[in-house]
Amino acid sequence: MDKDTQTPPAIHQDDAGILLAGDWDTRYLKELVRLINDVRLDKSHSISASLGQMDTNGALQLLKLIGPSPDAWPKGLTPDQTRLLELVAARSGDTPEPEPSLNWLADLGKRTVESAGHGQELLNFFGRLSALVLRLFRHPGELKIKMVLDVLQKDGLHAVPIIALLAFLLGAVIAYQGGLQLATYGANIFIVELVSLTLLRELSPLICAIIVAGRSGSAYAAQLATMQMNQEILALKSLGQDPYAWLILPKLIGLMLVMPLLTILSMAAGIGGGMLVASLQLELSPIEFIQRFGSSVDVIHFWVGLIKAPVFALLIVNVGCMQGLLAKGGAEEVGRRTTRSVVQSIFLVIIADAIFSILFAQLGW
Amino acid sequence: MTQTTLVDIKGLATRFGSHEVHKNLDLTVIRGERLALVGGSGCGKSVLLSEIALLQEADEGEIKLFGLPVTELTTGQMAGLRKKIGMMFQQGALFSSLTVLENIMLSIREHQSLPDSLLEELAMLKLRLTGLPDLAAWKYPQELSGGMLKRAAVARALALDPGLLLLDEPTAGLDPAGASAFDEMLLELHATLDLTLILVTHDLDSLWRVTDQVAFLGEKRVLAKLPMDDLSAHEHPEIQHYFANTRARRAAIKMESEE
Repeated sequence: MDKDTQTPPAIHQDDAGILLAGDWDTRYLKELVRLINDVRLDKSHSISASLGQMDTNGALQLLKLIGPSPDAWPKGLTPDQTRLLELVAARSGDTPEPEPSLNWLADLGKRTVESAGHGQELLNFFGRLSALVLRLFRHPGELKIKMVLDVLQKDGLHAVPIIALLAFLLGAVIAYQGGLQLATYGANIFIVELVSLTLLRELSPLICAIIVAGRSGSAYAAQLATMQMNQEILALKSLGQDPYAWLILPKLIGLMLVMPLLTILSMAAGIGGGMLVASLQLELSPIEFIQRFGSSVDVIHFWVGLIKAPVFALLIVNVGCMQGLLAKGGAEEVGRRTTRSVVQSIFLVIIADAIFSILFAQLGW
Repeated sequence: MTQTTLVDIKGLATRFGSHEVHKNLDLTVIRGERLALVGGSGCGKSVLLSEIALLQEADEGEIKLFGLPVTELTTGQMAGLRKKIGMMFQQGALFSSLTVLENIMLSIREHQSLPDSLLEELAMLKLRLTGLPDLAAWKYPQELSGGMLKRAAVARALALDPGLLLLDEPTAGLDPAGASAFDEMLLELHATLDLTLILVTHDLDSLWRVTDQVAFLGEKRVLAKLPMDDLSAHEHPEIQHYFANTRARRAAIKMESEE
């Protein structure tokens, strides 16, 4: 028997009887389905078979034609084929119904309970983290300094080029767009305030947070989700280690340290970009720019921007790590949690930024 | 039935950088055999298995599967050949975002366009053939126990009724009762489905129970391919060392007392 011979399945019906022939196997599944749908077997005739190949997929189709009871099976089956048919007949049957899906009301209820559960988990997470930070004040030696340094390098140092470049471009764009308007009024010198205030107060911390959420927050979520699935987090627990102390606290402390530094960098790069465009487009030399910057931009604007940075870092680490720890299931879940961590952290960062704006407006800063 | 050679390997060499795993390795597998690949850890059993499964290319030598040399295949022939080979991975490697039934249906659906009800029916048959309970059908792989996961992996490998079934450590991680039930399932499938089995295993009970031929890998080649009885009495020191320990003896004694 050679598997590569091509003899399509066929059913020959005439007055003498019915003959089943050909290969009844997976290669001809489609033909078999068509054949069985088209043919009406005349039950009064005797059926005989002279089959080539048969496998389980083909046997199932044959059973549909001839029925599960061995008495009605055709003559001429080889012992192997009979055995296969018997096995398939014994094991075939209806597909069980999937669990019924919930109606919309029950689904809504389930989702609500689940969301409430998530809120509780967030609180839980935040509580554990706070307790750990408090504990750290009493036992500073428990901090995994090496892991903090690792975070400083990966999420701080390695982010320098991208943040510097993007902030520089952002500053240049603001100066260019603003300069066009200012030039029509002959108010070229005010480009300094325009660029400095928008960057220092708002855009530098924001662009930093967005890049860090995309670069580092997603990485935290993916790392923790994968570790969760490999049972690595359980392994840490079983070794008597606190997974939060190993995996989350170093990220939190590292990112809260490095985020203000990145924000200062992006402020400097952004103002540099603005300065370049000002000198090219508005003929405002860098010296004049810096003099004006020193005399008319108050240092409070710098602090207003800087104070947001650690808060944004806190949000990003919290969301990223929590999404990672919540992951259950398979590969798809890692992707879902990672996406969600980025979306949620940027969402929360912008909300926090809005709250800051209101707060600073009330304070008159 | 004439004897057909399904797998014919000649002068195979595999290297990872400067590390040589196989050198001048020859192996033939006849249709209908139940062959186990054994050998110490790191002797290249799993690598050989993935070369047979067309998942990895050898550096030298010739592999013929179903009479076709694998280095000269067209894309179409390659796809056709892959459908004739089922592979069960050690950890199951079921797609975690699909239910067990969808995992099994995947290759049938891609093979020919058939109505969904028929696909489900075919997949359910495979599920039952491997001894899984019906309610496993709509579960996700991560909800299954280790033993059920391995059966589901076999069911997926059998979806297109391959002639050659490759299994990587099928009974590793199963409890003795589960492992022995798994062995019986393999034997039942082999007896009825015209299957050729190649398994990599360290499970001595399986070696005695399931296989009719055992190929021992050592010194970068196949040292011997013999039935288990003869192999365990082989005088090559490496084979002697592999079987000359208490665990191996106990398995052998158990088999003899059962017979």
